Amino acid sequence: MAEEKKLFKVTIDNITIEVEPGTSILMAARRIGGEVAPPAMCYYTKLKGSGGKCRTCLVEVTAGSTADPRPMPKLVASCRTNVMDGMVVRNITSEKVIDARNGVVEFLLINHPLDCPICDQAGECSLQDLSYEHGKEGTRYEFQRRTFEKHDLGPYIQLHMTRCILCYRCVYVADQLTERREHGVLDRGDHSEIATYIKKALDHDFIGNIIDVCPVGALTDRTFRFKNRVWFLKPVEAHRECNHPKCCGKVTLWYRGEEVFRVTARKDEWGEVVDWICNECRFEKKKTSDWMIEGPTRVDRHSVISQGHYVGVVRPQEVVYDVMGGRKPKLLMDIHSVSEVNEPSIDLSKIEGPAHSTDFEPKKLTN
Amino acid sequence: MQALTSRAKRVERKPMTLWERLYLPGIAKGMMITFGHIFKRKPTVNYPEKTRPFSPVFRGLQVLNRDEEGRERCTACGLCAVACPAEAITMEAAERLPGEEHLYREEKYAAKYEINMLRCIFCGLCEEACPKDAVYLSETFAPANYTRKGFIYGKDELLIPDPVKQPDEYAKALGARAPRPK
Repeated sequence: MAEEKKLFKVTIDNITIEVEPGTSILMAARRIGGEVAPPAMCYYTKLKGSGGKCRTCLVEVTAGSTADPRPMPKLVASCRTNVMDGMVVRNITSEKVIDARNGVVEFLLINHPLDCPICDQAGECSLQDLSYEHGKEGTRYEFQRRTFEKHDLGPYIQLHMTRCILCYRCVYVADQLTERREHGVLDRGDHSEIATYIKKALDHDFIGNIIDVCPVGALTDRTFRFKNRVWFLKPVEAHRECNHPKCCGKVTLWYRGEEVFRVTARKDEWGEVVDWICNECRFEKKKTSDWMIEGPTRVDRHSVISQGHYVGVVRPQEVVYDVMGGRKPKLLMDIHSVSEVNEPSIDLSKIEGPAHSTDFEPKKLTN
Repeated sequence: MQALTSRAKRVERKPMTLWERLYLPGIAKGMMITFGHIFKRKPTVNYPEKTRPFSPVFRGLQVLNRDEEGRERCTACGLCAVACPAEAITMEAAERLPGEEHLYREEKYAAKYEINMLRCIFCGLCEEACPKDAVYLSETFAPANYTRKGFIYGKDELLIPDPVKQPDEYAKALGARAPRPK
């Protein structure tokens, strides 16, 4: 029988938990769950070497360990600091941490354009959630903001560098999932930007995953661009037999009516991808017939995505025919005869890239 | 039978007195009340020649606003539609093409924008949700119509006239409730 491992006792926000040695404070806090887990913008469990850049996961360590119970002099990044036996950590119970986090959010938003009304990430954006919780109403920044031209990284991915917070997650994805990384961070300091050298297309089979790992709207799906807002879509779990040996084929389909607007990898409660999917699953398979539907995705009820999604709706039966003795009502209005939105003849999901004025014909005359 | 409410009054079925049976005194009493009203202040106004002032919080027909250069402010962010408790608002977004910068303020705009006036309850939550001051409720009543088809308002009905090309119509349509730049 294997020797029993010694577990470390760590107290986070007055909750004590036993974890294995080598666990980071962030992962220990995530095991407790809920509000105790610090937010993370750059750390990603499934990407080796990620973390330590965004400083949103700062926590206060009030006692280093049982052997050396002195507090740590500064706030530490919980994603990169491992627990010690007898460590006492304060996260949301510490005023210092909340204050520091507010400051970090203010720094992250210095160059962020806050164009959430346009951004496709709105509704599932980590920075949006973070600034909703910690951000100030106004900005104290008075200087010119850093701006970049948006451009396409190949046919599928759109890069809005202005929104980027330089978390490096997409760089790690390219390093760890693909054989050859073609994009990276160019320049230094305020000038640093995610780019290919120069304006190359990213076309590896798994490069679509950089869309999912991006915590902001810097990398977005071009096939879904401006098609719909995420909270009008209904996420459904589905899978398919993918020929790619490394692809799991387990995805979330985002439906609007009968149309699949986009395909993403499944995400866990921390917003991290459960398993990577290939580009073919993500961009090419947008028909219901391609997929085996498993059932609706569980959406957190505090998320905007759950808005207006009714569970267990029973549609009342049409009684007009019975009341009218089998006759059809003369004044029943079919909404599609008047409405120009959601026309059955136009499938927005089948248009490549965003819709333009050319995709909407001039108004046809009804009545 | 037990009365359903405490305010129910029993109808009296007593035979009329002589004074009541005389009939004319009753008529005279009624006419007195009628003529008395001639000298009172009229509570009605001669609509539509005269209109009453609206309350500052009156919420009427929605208007899709333009900016001072005549570009549409709406970016089809969908916040009005998600805020709408009656689910009256629908839209479809499109990307602005090069050369359309004079038409739309942002790179994304509402190619289709519809409010179902049969559903709208004029709560004003769309105005409150709008981050771009693009939709607001004016002090106009939603007009009546004979068919239900006439109540699906698209962009042609909702969009305000262009302030550059039609300044007079724009000023008239803008109304007092339009969001003003601070």
